[in-house]
Amino acid sequence: MLSTPLIGDFSVAPENDALRAVRVGIITFPGTLDDRDAARAVTIAGGTAVGLWHAEANLQSVDAVIIPGGFSYGDYLRAGAIARFAPLMEKVVDAAAGGMPVLGICNGFQILTEAHLLPGSMIKNNHLKFSCADQLLRVENNSTAWTNAYELGAGMVVPLKNQDGQYVADEKTLDELEGEGRVVFRYEGENPNGSRRGIAGISNAARNVVGLMPHPEHAVEPGFGPDSSAYGEVGLGYGTDGLRIFSSVLNSLVAGGKS
Amino acid sequence: MPRIVVDVMPKPEILDPQGKAIAGALPRLGLTGFAGVRQGKRFELTVDGDVTPEILEQARTAAATLLSNPVIEDVTRVEVIPEA
Repeated sequence: MLSTPLIGDFSVAPENDALRAVRVGIITFPGTLDDRDAARAVTIAGGTAVGLWHAEANLQSVDAVIIPGGFSYGDYLRAGAIARFAPLMEKVVDAAAGGMPVLGICNGFQILTEAHLLPGSMIKNNHLKFSCADQLLRVENNSTAWTNAYELGAGMVVPLKNQDGQYVADEKTLDELEGEGRVVFRYEGENPNGSRRGIAGISNAARNVVGLMPHPEHAVEPGFGPDSSAYGEVGLGYGTDGLRIFSSVLNSLVAGGKS
Repeated sequence: MPRIVVDVMPKPEILDPQGKAIAGALPRLGLTGFAGVRQGKRFELTVDGDVTPEILEQARTAAATLLSNPVIEDVTRVEVIPEA
């Protein structure tokens, strides 16, 4: 459904047949906003982006799935609550149980919690305002399918933009996440939304399913990203710290025998 | 048509930012008698004909699966409101 994005200079993408053979599906729900950006990010990282429509019941033989940001079904009931029951989500839940890498970004993270692929939930930001800022994160776990291209403890600057970004879970769940090393990203500096223990992203026990609130797909292309980077000084708009998320999953699938 | 009312409230231990904002606004109106506000949701499911035990059970299932998220919310009421 969604072909490779039409406009853009993809000359920064690596020329590598093994990477190009990896098919990453991006699901579009009614109200999804960031599907094209996620597809661009996969393309720029060197992989092949495959558009998936929520009402289909076929994952089209993709090797990984990204559930992008936006406001699925307007977020009218709860963020992600209705999207969870889409036909394609059943397939995603099954594929995730079989080890397929799944990434949920922002609304995608909310959908993964509603689908019970990840614990906890997101509620309204503690300051009640929509947040939009370049956010510094710390990579707390680089052994997931989506973070292996980062050094452990590395920083990354990516945009944070949401209304319901406050991560909550009960103390037992939070202790489990911490104890098992499943906190994947934490906010650096001031907590932007009141998330418990500064959590910005988590994984499942098997490390193949990851959800995060900030948007790595908006920090992949020089000239169209944040104004800063955790990897030294960059020019305005030249932050591309989010790209390694997409390189990570391509690398781990190629290393795992997908070519 | 009879209605089944489902009330959903944020769990007591979950911070309710909307409720807090409302609680902050009340004293500005001179209404100082309240110690706190919690904001919940009310759903009205209308039924053609009688509310059978099966339909009421369906409402309970809807309340527990789609209408509430047990991580952050409690279902505090599932009740038939007869036709006026």
